[in-house]
Amino acid sequence: MTEIVTEALTESVYFGIALTLLTYQAGLWIKKKVKLTVANPLLLSVIMIISILLAFEIDYDVYHNGAKYISFFLTPTTVCLAVPLYRQLDLLKKYPKAIFGAITAGVFTAMVSIYLMSLAFGLTHEQYVTLLPKSITTAIGMGISEKMGGIVTITVVSISITGILGNIVAESLCKICKIQDPIAKGLAIGTGSHALGTTKAMEMGEIEGAMSSLSIVVAGIMTVVAVSIFANFI
Amino acid sequence: MKFIKQLSIILSISFLAELMEELIPLPIAASIYGLILMLIGLITHIIPLEKVEGAADFLVEIMAIMFVPATVGIMTSVEALKQMLIPLVVISSLTTLIIMAVTGRTAQFIIRRGNKSAADPEESKGEGKA
Repeated sequence: MTEIVTEALTESVYFGIALTLLTYQAGLWIKKKVKLTVANPLLLSVIMIISILLAFEIDYDVYHNGAKYISFFLTPTTVCLAVPLYRQLDLLKKYPKAIFGAITAGVFTAMVSIYLMSLAFGLTHEQYVTLLPKSITTAIGMGISEKMGGIVTITVVSISITGILGNIVAESLCKICKIQDPIAKGLAIGTGSHALGTTKAMEMGEIEGAMSSLSIVVAGIMTVVAVSIFANFI
Repeated sequence: MKFIKQLSIILSISFLAELMEELIPLPIAASIYGLILMLIGLITHIIPLEKVEGAADFLVEIMAIMFVPATVGIMTSVEALKQMLIPLVVISSLTTLIIMAVTGRTAQFIIRRGNKSAADPEESKGEGKA
């Protein structure tokens, strides 16, 4: 009996896909119930899947055999990020100096601070490039990490920590640093903590939300260029 | 059928982007080339927004699900994770605060300086409208 189940699992493409979609929906449901940023559906789904795989001693490859078809959509979806950016083009034309100036400063700060701290911790090149794309959206960050020879899964974890923390601290950080302008708030949140922070920016106001979502893609593209330079330093 | 048409545009661009990744010797992933191709297409109206937006909005909306399989892959790199757990958490957290503060303060500085010169006609003379 168990042999039949094991064999069916190993050959099944649908097991990984079904498990991913079901746990993600469960994650969405839990998020709705508890209303906490830490209850992120992506994180909850990953925890549930890992627990299930470990509990039933199912190999990651068995899961990945089907789940890879979900990852397959990542490239076309990243291409589609051009659509929301295109819709915000008017905003970009209205405040070009503030947007490009601030995001350039943010991306440069990201590179320098990650470089210095990696140096302080004595990280290897592989670990360093794993962390370099930590502040940008997962879609672009994963691609950078892979291209540079980083550990992609750890990059995703780092991006998640960044996003969840950004979402939690955004409001108080703006207050402490006396960032009062709604445009400046949005740029800070989107550049510092990508899509997860942006959900908080959207709650703070319309301008904050729009600026934050614009920053995700602009900061992402700038980071692609910046990482290709900074990756050579360690 | 509308959805199929939209998807075929999106997937064709993705394919072109993969070709670019192969041909251009830069460490840039195909998805970035694709994003830029799509943006240029939209700006030049070679790709009208309404020819892609339905499928594009749907894909972007469900994007988070697409990160699940890769993140579950952390199972296979537990050793690597253990080796860098503390730097991972410290660097991810601290840099987030620094980046936010610098970006926000820079933006505010540029905006307020712009406002000041706009309010003062002497200074704004000869300057282009921002």
